[in-house]
Amino acid sequence: MLHTVNKSPYEKNSVDTCLRMAKPGSDVLLIEDAVYAAIAGSKLEDEMRKAGAQLKLYALGPDLKTRGIAEDSLIDGIQVVGYDGFVELAAKNECVQSWL
Amino acid sequence: MANQTKKFLYINRRAPYGTVYALEGLETVLIGAAFEQDVSMAFMDDGVFQLKDHQDSGETGMKNFSPTYRALGDYEVTKLYVERESLEARGLRPEDLMALTYEDEDDDYKEKPSIHIVSSAELADILEIQDVIFNF
Repeated sequence: MLHTVNKSPYEKNSVDTCLRMAKPGSDVLLIEDAVYAAIAGSKLEDEMRKAGAQLKLYALGPDLKTRGIAEDSLIDGIQVVGYDGFVELAAKNECVQSWL
Repeated sequence: MANQTKKFLYINRRAPYGTVYALEGLETVLIGAAFEQDVSMAFMDDGVFQLKDHQDSGETGMKNFSPTYRALGDYEVTKLYVERESLEARGLRPEDLMALTYEDEDDDYKEKPSIHIVSSAELADILEIQDVIFNF
């Protein structure tokens, strides 16, 4: 399953809930304000690294760029994808769950 | 009513693109600047993301309003307080923020920084001395 999240992890618990519910091996794509969860050196880094050991974590490049977040400032293991990568992830998974 | 200057503080606690709060707040500050009050802005929680440098919204097609913060100095909005604890929790350093400055007309138009990184305790003191506080 592909999980997407679009809320800031500092304002809502959508990222937390997504990481808790996603089965090992699932794809998790951070979009819109959820891309803030990808920044290294934050209080969330440990939680994200642990999640990344079980899940495939992605962040949407255009949303990172819009917010001024450089790709080299991200937590290791989070892969940046473009809109084409988003489409591929959606097409390859049977089901998409959007955590709002 | 006397022409009494009041201390206005605009508190910004939201990230810039996911909701319209940040843009609306900024527009309110610029409109309010016409009333020549003693204006300060505070950035805390996700509001610190508003000041992140290198924002480039071309690929999402959203309006990049971050350059507008550079105009605040021309409207005599020269006190932008950023909570250090909020920055640190989010993996940001002070040098990740835009270098916002203003020209100090009382000091030979010297260019000075508008952004002041303050602790939670210092920001709490700044809140206490205000006459009016707006929240976005």
